[in-house]
Amino acid sequence: MSTYDARFRVWRGDVDGGELTDYTVEVHDGEVVLDVVHRLQATQTPDLAVRWNCKAGKCGSCSAEINGRPRLLCMTRMSVFARDEVITVTPMRAFPVVRDLVTDVSFNYAKAREIPAFVPPAGVGPGEYRMRQEDVERSQEFRKCIECFLCQDTCHVVRDHEENKGAFAGPRFLMRVAELDMHPLDAAEEAGLDRRRTAQEEHGLGYCNITKCCTEVCPESIHITDNALIPMKERVVDRKYDPLVWLGNTIRRRKTT
Amino acid sequence: MTHVEREQWDVVVVGAGGAGLRAAIEARRAGARTAVICKSLFGKAHTVMAEGGIAASMANVHPQDDWKTHFRDTMRGGKFLNQWRMAELHAQEAPERVWELETWGALFDRTPDGRISQRNFGGHEYPRLAHVGDRTGLELLRTLQQRSVGLQQEDHRETGDHEGRLKVFQEFTVTRILKDGDGRVSGVFCYERESGRFLVLEAPAVVLATGGIGKSFKVTSNSWEYTGDGHALALLAGAPLVNMEFVQFHPTGMVWPPSVKGILVTESVRGDGGVLRNSEGRRFMFDYVPDVFKEKYAETEEEGDRWYEDPDHNRRPPELLPRDEVARAINSEVKAGRGSPHGGVFLDVSTRMPAETIRRRLPSMYHQFKELADVDITAEAMEVGPTCHYVMGGVNVDSETAATVGVPGLFAAGEVAGGMHGSNRLGGNSLSDLLVFGRRAGLYAAQYALSGVGGGIVAADVDAAAAEALAPFGSASGASGGHGAERNADASGGRGPEGDAGPPENPYTLHQELQQTMNDLVGIIRREGEMAEALDRIAALRARARRVTVEGHRQFNPGWHLALDLRNMLLVGECVARAALERTESRGGHTREDYPAMDRAWRPVNLLCRLDGDGIALERTRTEPIRPDLLALFEQDELAKYLAEEELEGLEGSHGA
Repeated sequence: MSTYDARFRVWRGDVDGGELTDYTVEVHDGEVVLDVVHRLQATQTPDLAVRWNCKAGKCGSCSAEINGRPRLLCMTRMSVFARDEVITVTPMRAFPVVRDLVTDVSFNYAKAREIPAFVPPAGVGPGEYRMRQEDVERSQEFRKCIECFLCQDTCHVVRDHEENKGAFAGPRFLMRVAELDMHPLDAAEEAGLDRRRTAQEEHGLGYCNITKCCTEVCPESIHITDNALIPMKERVVDRKYDPLVWLGNTIRRRKTT
Repeated sequence: MTHVEREQWDVVVVGAGGAGLRAAIEARRAGARTAVICKSLFGKAHTVMAEGGIAASMANVHPQDDWKTHFRDTMRGGKFLNQWRMAELHAQEAPERVWELETWGALFDRTPDGRISQRNFGGHEYPRLAHVGDRTGLELLRTLQQRSVGLQQEDHRETGDHEGRLKVFQEFTVTRILKDGDGRVSGVFCYERESGRFLVLEAPAVVLATGGIGKSFKVTSNSWEYTGDGHALALLAGAPLVNMEFVQFHPTGMVWPPSVKGILVTESVRGDGGVLRNSEGRRFMFDYVPDVFKEKYAETEEEGDRWYEDPDHNRRPPELLPRDEVARAINSEVKAGRGSPHGGVFLDVSTRMPAETIRRRLPSMYHQFKELADVDITAEAMEVGPTCHYVMGGVNVDSETAATVGVPGLFAAGEVAGGMHGSNRLGGNSLSDLLVFGRRAGLYAAQYALSGVGGGIVAADVDAAAAEALAPFGSASGASGGHGAERNADASGGRGPEGDAGPPENPYTLHQELQQTMNDLVGIIRREGEMAEALDRIAALRARARRVTVEGHRQFNPGWHLALDLRNMLLVGECVARAALERTESRGGHTREDYPAMDRAWRPVNLLCRLDGDGIALERTRTEPIRPDLLALFEQDELAKYLAEEELEGLEGSHGA
């Protein structure tokens, strides 16, 4: 096993301000950045604040920025850096700092509440749901989301534009609208809820100009832009300008159920 | 007296994993104003790490499956130590609980005719696990999370308030259950991680749904939250734990690189056709089929391979034995010098199915090995070995209501509750357990709370809880500087009643020593002398833990959080060691090198752990006899392998045999 000393610069501070602090810390074979942060806690600075849970890329807790790039600390291997490289770890920039690497991500929970839940189809009881695999797969891709909020962090609509946060749900929650809209049995329409219209008018889909930054940082490799946002934009356009396309889509959709 | 903010609720649920959220949804539905408290952010609970599926006998893939078969499999998997009424309710109610998730928006993988697909898993006679690729836990948790939000949306439409009837307190940690003067539950004491402020939630009913204890062990698949909080809270409140000697070591955890050692490799790999080989290339599991399972498993590789296509005319491959058997077999192979380069064995799917199929059916595993170990599982074998995964033991509860034994108003569901899985849990039975007993706990907690019982909070208990939580800051400057941190009243440096003298201790160091102790001395294979030594070491660690000192202030301070969690891990570690030392047989997740065989005389015996002063006292109890109609689901000669002599005698009488 080979071991070396790495140079880390970690942002330390709170809502009142802070600064990058330098550390030299031991690194072992096969480690990820989160291992090194844990070693800092255990040996040098026990109160270094960081969120983490599973350390396996499944929970999306340890989101931060490494050398300026939004990443999961637990899925960033030390071997991707040169041994003499200074590794800078900072909190997600789009959200207010709580302390050190921990940010206040309540924006995301507020947005989640604004997306109306799945509407079960009337007259279909538990155990009676029938859906084809190819029809559930589109929404299943979006349900792989681990809610790390890296896409929300990187999206330029809000990253340096606090003023847009009110009107813009962000890629994660626009994708949630797409997921429900593509759910083979969601009965929102029957209940008088037009998910496509709300995506545009209430959740700020129009702000997105498909630069794909969200897709690039997604640790689950979800094609957020291509499979969720662009199709939603197309559907919104269909709805606005072509009632026949809308009618056709609706009939096709009902047949598959 | 400490000033602590208070709120009033009907039901408080501690934990926001599958069991906690299912309990909260049910309690809210039953009309109780419900608060959920979780250590992490909402939606991050350990449930998201469950991979393989939810066991429920929906009979979508094999028409002969039914609750009786599921019940039989569960009892066999647990070596008949299961609380049989729980196993019965679980098998009966699991399908409804899965179907209900669909009405809340869950999207499971489908069969060709559009129903929920079900996959094979160890110990399950038929393909039974509803799944979504290998990320089923995430689907389950997200569905419950979104259902909770949906209920909040309904409440908002009705009342203008999202949180009036169901509120999530995220990143809060409960450190004490509070009781009234008559010993009934009256609330919880907790701190907010972000600010360090204290909060008391007053409620006549509290549901513990805190999960497991894996963080007491060094090599574990569990996340940081699994510090045995609910187990310890129950003990401290006066409720006993049962079956704590039974800890499941999942046979397949990653073994390399060291930083990911223990991370889970889903059983679906084997369920879908993956095989275990040693360094000689032999499928060694054929050498490890125990007598009780001999008739049910293939004797040749050819038969085992045919089973995947034709399960009615072939027996299943022994790679799909219950987890305890596979974990012990791997342990033995490695010990015999037939292990892989990094101390595991080989788990191979690359030669068993096309790369495309592997990527589709096991996407997380493909991703996990590629990202963390530079291994392409479509091209080469994985290296795997046992990892601490699940605790069968837990709070002793009433089977129907999930009420704890002995503390009115305290309920427990999910991994923190004991009994359901006996000595060993089958894969897939955890997610169904969460749903079935989460719902029951929520329902009965709400009924209890709304019946108008319960008294008030005892002010002195709140003061004591606050002092306990602040103790790690000692008299040093650390307690100040934070946001309104109260100074610990006891500033002498001698914090425990014994006035422990000695240097200040680092919580991270103590945690590492405890993990090493549990791993080395109370791990997968146990010996009397080692467990006795573990108890000595735990006692020493407990003494040192009284001198734990943390730096900084109360705002999001991980060192402080760990210092408080240590109390729980030490208590739970002692329970495991003490019960394991007492049980002089090997059964399920408890293997004694000095008592290698299962002893039928131990079948009707449960070990209860209670708090006794500073430590843990054990009590032997006899289990309630298994109901005759449930026993009648098994062949007589199978029962003869499990039941104690006196139980068999009773049986012969009643059957007239």
